[in-house]
Amino acid sequence: MKGAEIVIDALKKEGVNTVFGYPGGVMIPIFDVLYSTPEIRFLLTRHEQGAVHAADGYARSTGKVGVCMVTSGPGATNTITGIATAKMDSIPLVILSGQVHTNSIGTDAFQETDMVGLTRSICKHNYLIKDVNDLAKTIKEAFYIARSGRPGPVSIDLPVNVLNSKVKNYVYPENIHLPGYKPVIQGNPMQIEKLARAIERAKKPLLYTGGGIISSGATEVLHGLLDKTQIPIVVTLMGLGSIPYDHPCFLGMPGMHGTIAANKALTECDLLIAVGVRFDDRVTGPLHTFAQQATIAHIDIDAAEIGKNVKTHLPIVGDAAHVLTELTERVKPRLKDAWNDRTEYWKEKFPTRYEQKDQGTVIPQYVIDALNQVIDPEAIVVTDVGQHQMWTALYHHFRKPRHFLSSGGLGTMGFGLPAAMGAALGNPDKQVVCITGDGGLQMNIQELATCAINRFPVKIIVINNAYLGMVRQWQDLFWNKKYSQVCLKRGPDCPQECRGLDEHCPPDYIPDFVKVAEANSVKGLRAAKPGEVLPTLKKGLQHTGPVLMEFLVSREENVYPMVSAGKPLTDILTGEE
Amino acid sequence: MVEKHTIIITVTNSPGVLARISGLLFQRGYNIESAIGAPTEDPDIYKVILVVQESDEHIEQIVKQLNKLIGTIRVVDISHKDNYIVREYIILKLEVQQKNRTDLLELARHFNAHAIDIETDHIIMELSGNPRKIDRFIELVRPFGIKEYVRSGEFAMSEYQKSKKGEKNGD
Ligand SMILES: Cc1ncc(C[n+]2csc(CCOP(=O)(O)OP(=O)(O)O)c2C)c(N)n1
Repeated sequence: MKGAEIVIDALKKEGVNTVFGYPGGVMIPIFDVLYSTPEIRFLLTRHEQGAVHAADGYARSTGKVGVCMVTSGPGATNTITGIATAKMDSIPLVILSGQVHTNSIGTDAFQETDMVGLTRSICKHNYLIKDVNDLAKTIKEAFYIARSGRPGPVSIDLPVNVLNSKVKNYVYPENIHLPGYKPVIQGNPMQIEKLARAIERAKKPLLYTGGGIISSGATEVLHGLLDKTQIPIVVTLMGLGSIPYDHPCFLGMPGMHGTIAANKALTECDLLIAVGVRFDDRVTGPLHTFAQQATIAHIDIDAAEIGKNVKTHLPIVGDAAHVLTELTERVKPRLKDAWNDRTEYWKEKFPTRYEQKDQGTVIPQYVIDALNQVIDPEAIVVTDVGQHQMWTALYHHFRKPRHFLSSGGLGTMGFGLPAAMGAALGNPDKQVVCITGDGGLQMNIQELATCAINRFPVKIIVINNAYLGMVRQWQDLFWNKKYSQVCLKRGPDCPQECRGLDEHCPPDYIPDFVKVAEANSVKGLRAAKPGEVLPTLKKGLQHTGPVLMEFLVSREENVYPMVSAGKPLTDILTGEE
Repeated sequence: MVEKHTIIITVTNSPGVLARISGLLFQRGYNIESAIGAPTEDPDIYKVILVVQESDEHIEQIVKQLNKLIGTIRVVDISHKDNYIVREYIILKLEVQQKNRTDLLELARHFNAHAIDIETDHIIMELSGNPRKIDRFIELVRPFGIKEYVRSGEFAMSEYQKSKKGEKNGD
């Protein structure tokens, strides 16, 4: 059997029926086999970055490993941002890249890049296969590593001669031999017992949970723990959806753009139970100011996360679902008490709010809030990166895990559309809504064609402020309103120094997103007045194919609440007088 | 407290392990003072010995991150363990005049250092031993005039062979 055939057979054995990618010279042997492999659906994107994000969106929404296939050289380098995005958010991917002939490696051959070197620091593990006899074993290992323990991307570099070489007796291996790699699943029972006792003693316990809950499938267990203990909970961006937005214990997202209730609870709690989170600086603020009153317990499958940023008093290495199941059994029931009352009071007293006037401009928060009225409750919501992402985190009604996809750790602009496309492919029965900015959409806008041609009915909502809004917000608040290179309308007639809007601003929005949509056979709609928002959303969501709904919004809206970078979580800007 | 730590990493022998390990430390901003990597009695097993100068918290992170590498079988920080033999090797080229040559050779004899090459204006010497002994030797020969030296970096082995394959986080 030829190397190329082994690759395809291995994918089938791993249960892969969808592959995202882009071909090229050295990968033709594999594409040649794919040509007559109807069991595997290949999605040809329009850019390799799109392929990796699509595989990522597929993986995040389905829980399966996303697979990506690209050629050597530029094909391989185009995957880098996507791989790094998946690594930061612990998303299981296998990236198969072509490589030049093993005899040419190191000679700067045509389309040669050192993929193993390039990806070393941005993937969970990587391989360069030099012998066709290692091929099957390596692919088996790669899938196992990608999905087990703390998931992550694994890259495999495939020299063209390996793909063309033959193996005499090919069998796909049954077992894996990785002597050093044994993810710890069960937590230490003594530690869990200690945590159960600590919860009983605590006056102000708080759960702080993240993406680990979703990747370990611990949602239901977590709900059970909340039912039994009523512990207030804050959920990071990566964990949104693991608790329904209206759950009585839920205080919202913590951190820089977190709710006031969540940040106050983090500051005041006396026992912090962190689960599947990594104490990201966007959540904690300066570490010496973070949760100072609290005993910190940290449950994580990755031992290296424990104690990395914050001193942990009660470490528990293990899978969130397993540890929380055992914790729920051991912990005594807890009734709502004064601490619960206090957190609920904060929630009521400091809601996240906006004000939309009937006339004048549309404000972006309103668009995202209005979506709650018309969106299918089962819909998958995907965002890009920027202000619209934070507004979605603050205003969207999250209900289920794996139904909110967003680039958290790397904050990759351009993630939204291709990830939504991957989610649509993986969930043909679900509505998929992509909320994006005018900046981020243009970073992978070529995938509109992919959506249209493949009839992926992605509903794209563009919050168009003609600014790189999030950066403009920082310049507005912390850089004396010097709007340097953030205006997407800026042209040669603009003054060198611009501090915001005036009557001389160029009137045109370029590109015309509705026309771009139509040119790609995607339905284009636009709303510019408050009264048009709901009808546009309704019309767009009802349309059967892919739709782009552009909302021209007030240009200088800021995301609040906000804790300035470098400030403690108590230092909250609300944007109100 | 920042101090020198010697870390022994047992890994499965695969291409690029040394690059993986040094890359990991470099990427996270840790400084490697020395690194040796070499095959062992078992062809599937490779050992890397690192010396890093970092605070205790950083060392804890380094050990955890090294453990996380897929090929890692075992990581041991031996800095505060006395059941390890630690050695280093050095070659020095020393300036030496006729008049103080005997002094130098006497000093060398005392340290069990060997002259490899003796020329009219210089001597090349080699010495192995624990790193403190090597440091001391360097200090004592410095007045003679050091032209050049190369140190191997530390390597180490536990006194009793109790490490088993397939176990992580040992000791
Ligand atoms: C690839 C990439 N480049 C730059 C940034 C820095 N950045 C973060 S948010 C942002 C602005 C995004 O603008 P837009 O997509 O219009 O969304 P908005 O903030 O206006 O909602 C920028 C430039 C980034 N996150 N990713």
